[in-house]
Amino acid sequence: MSLNIIVLAKQVPDTRNVGKDAMKEDGTINRAALPAIFNPEDLNALEQALRLKDANPGSTITLLTMGLPRASEIIREAIYRGADNGIVLTDRVLGGADTLATSYSLAQAVKKFGKYDIILGGRQAIDGDTAQVGPQIAEKLGIPQITYAEEILDLKDGYVTVKRRLENGVETVKAPLPCVVTVNGSAADCRPRNAMRVQKYKYAASPSEAAKLSDERKELLEKRPYLKLQEWSAAFVDADPEQIGLPGSPTKVKAIENVVFTAKESRQLDDSDAQIEELIKELIANHTIG
Amino acid sequence: MANFYTDNPDLKHHLTHPLMEKIVALKERNYTDAEKYDYAPLNYEDAQDSYDKVLEIVGEICGDIIAPNAEDVDHQGPHVENGRVIYADKTVENLEACRKAGLMGMAMPRRFGGLNFPITPYIMAADIVSRADTGFENLWGLQDCAETIYEFADDDQKQRYISRVCQGETMSMDLTEPDAGSDLQSVMLKATEQPDGTWVLNGVKRFITNGDSDIHLVLARSEAGSKDGRGLSMFIYDKRNGGVNVRRIENKMGIKGSPTCELVYKNAKAELCGSRRMGLIKYVMALMNGARLGIAAQSVGVSELAYREALAYAKDRKQFGKSIIEFPAVYEMLSVMKAKLDASRSLLYECARFVDIYKVYDDIAKERTLTPEERKESKMYSRFADALTPLAKGMGSEYCNQNAYDCIQIHGGSGFMKDYACERIYRDARITSIYEGTTQLQVVAAIRHVTTGTYLNLIQQYQANEVKPELQDLKNRLAAMTERYAKAVETVGKVDDAAYGDFMARRLVEMAGCIVMGHLLLLDANRNDSFKRSAEVYANLAQAEVTKHSDFIANFNPAEVAIYKVD
Repeated sequence: MSLNIIVLAKQVPDTRNVGKDAMKEDGTINRAALPAIFNPEDLNALEQALRLKDANPGSTITLLTMGLPRASEIIREAIYRGADNGIVLTDRVLGGADTLATSYSLAQAVKKFGKYDIILGGRQAIDGDTAQVGPQIAEKLGIPQITYAEEILDLKDGYVTVKRRLENGVETVKAPLPCVVTVNGSAADCRPRNAMRVQKYKYAASPSEAAKLSDERKELLEKRPYLKLQEWSAAFVDADPEQIGLPGSPTKVKAIENVVFTAKESRQLDDSDAQIEELIKELIANHTIG
Repeated sequence: MANFYTDNPDLKHHLTHPLMEKIVALKERNYTDAEKYDYAPLNYEDAQDSYDKVLEIVGEICGDIIAPNAEDVDHQGPHVENGRVIYADKTVENLEACRKAGLMGMAMPRRFGGLNFPITPYIMAADIVSRADTGFENLWGLQDCAETIYEFADDDQKQRYISRVCQGETMSMDLTEPDAGSDLQSVMLKATEQPDGTWVLNGVKRFITNGDSDIHLVLARSEAGSKDGRGLSMFIYDKRNGGVNVRRIENKMGIKGSPTCELVYKNAKAELCGSRRMGLIKYVMALMNGARLGIAAQSVGVSELAYREALAYAKDRKQFGKSIIEFPAVYEMLSVMKAKLDASRSLLYECARFVDIYKVYDDIAKERTLTPEERKESKMYSRFADALTPLAKGMGSEYCNQNAYDCIQIHGGSGFMKDYACERIYRDARITSIYEGTTQLQVVAAIRHVTTGTYLNLIQQYQANEVKPELQDLKNRLAAMTERYAKAVETVGKVDDAAYGDFMARRLVEMAGCIVMGHLLLLDANRNDSFKRSAEVYANLAQAEVTKHSDFIANFNPAEVAIYKVD
């Protein structure tokens, strides 16, 4: 059975390798100092999609991302690893969106996309760490959602069976298709880029990238249409201007503070049995241990 | 998140050597493949960009997967179950990553599903993989057996087997037997022709790296009653047909993840590859030359790892109130390690480029007649490649062992413990100067290029290059070394005594090697300032070696060889 798979992904600043210039004076992220990367858990999601494709030849994987035009970088990354194509939802009016406006915009893009069997995405992005966008998209589309997925165990007869990673163990659940599955970082790592695909698709470009290319490279895009990546605007996905970008975002950032942990609550104990016993009792009493 | 390609700018320096433009244009037949294949390069810049991007994948897999797995693989190792090899778990993971990344059959033509890479970037990948896990480099690197199928098998065999290698099936070369190691003329494995024209193999092979591979190249005696190399032919054995079992695998000192097998052939169906009786005299020689270049790359990869481990430890370790790297005894060791690493790497890629040129001409000659100039050029590079291969393998593997030794030395007592990678590096390094022909046999292969003047000819070509004024002194010193070398060759050549000639061969070959590598580093420094230190350190080392050998030869009475003879 061939499947239509959508993978939701985000290009994020690499917050795992934060240097001293990572934050500006006002507490916002200094994007120039941090390399933009493929959100790690979205790569886990892509791997699950690729496995579905391996098991169901003829399936297509489309990467869907919202962001700046440069987000087509992660579409190429996904194509190098085996995805078939990708769409960047990009528009000035989409800027400043919180998770509500983002999930609305992406849900509109999914509706525009048409028929799909399953939507996969990472559990959360490393820049915001909210884990809200995937579930909110499922709600807006009115389809089931499975979160914290670690492995897709089976997909047949209109159902998907998924192993979920929970705090104290795993759970296996089954949901009817189509549905949204958000994948946990404990899932299998994404396969590497493929040498042949890298050579084939390295010149893939979106319309805004193509505009800046040499004539020679523009010609190549015309000659090899599979190198043309798609960019969709807010209007193209019939998004209501009131529900997108800043106007559509009820979340308002009031202030950002640089929090420095201090050790004022620490206590010095000596190594006497009495002190140790007292501490243990206290920790049991406030449920820190036991 | 490590990347073993991008963290090492020396690699890109070699990848962008000026000669590459010519190599790639020849290999890509002036970029005509781009019409037929959507992943073929459009021009030289595009090809270089592709090599760069693919090596970045190699570097990433090596940094993120293969290197972190190396310790586990070393501990677990492979084992045999019911005549089959079961790899260590992490070896399976490594192979899977390489397959998914499409890094098998890298140098094979596109029509078989390969990437059509020249030897040089392919060898660079081997260098990188070896730094990550030397033993795994064998399993991955045996893909170059496909080169032998490409050169000598018929079209049908090429189509059937090379495409499987490009899809990720592994290979082995089954040459050695219990009584045929360095002396392959003694191979006894029996090949019997069947009435339908197929062959069956019977007998035993030993010390076969990755002996349970999918596709084997087998050297066997096809001519019953023959005794020497002329009775041997090359066969392809396909594991799918069955008939070969693994009796045991060796318990080795190093490269423990790479299974070394004893194989039993019982009526194993096989196909003749190429012409009968050409097995050893033509095909194995070609196979070995490729394999030796592979071991030279493996040696450089180990040297790189040894140097990095030693450098990191020397910076980190504090004694007498400072980092030990601040002591002359330690920084001398480190700069000499780096010089040996850089010298052997420059030689490796020089050799790879020469192999590239003559092999691509050989390949073009299958499509059209070469012009007289092309033939002449091909012959020259073939000769230079033939001369540099035993130097790159012989001296490169010795340097890698020396670097592994010094890596432990810099770690002091901690290096002797199992806690640091250096003990594994030391064990893994040891085989490089033994297999695919010992260092002593590399001398045998190299000495004729001393006597026929190939090395001197090459050195003279290097000497004709102009260098920056600040490097002129180094160049002059190399010229003086060359004079000493020529004198020593003359001294040895005058004596008509085979034992004396063999006795001195190692010294002459090492002198040539030192001067060649000295020149290569000089040219590297001329192109890139970052090689200046190594060029200078290596020149000091080379000068001391050349002086030592030339003094030894000058002061040696040929009759003294008898003193050394041990009964």
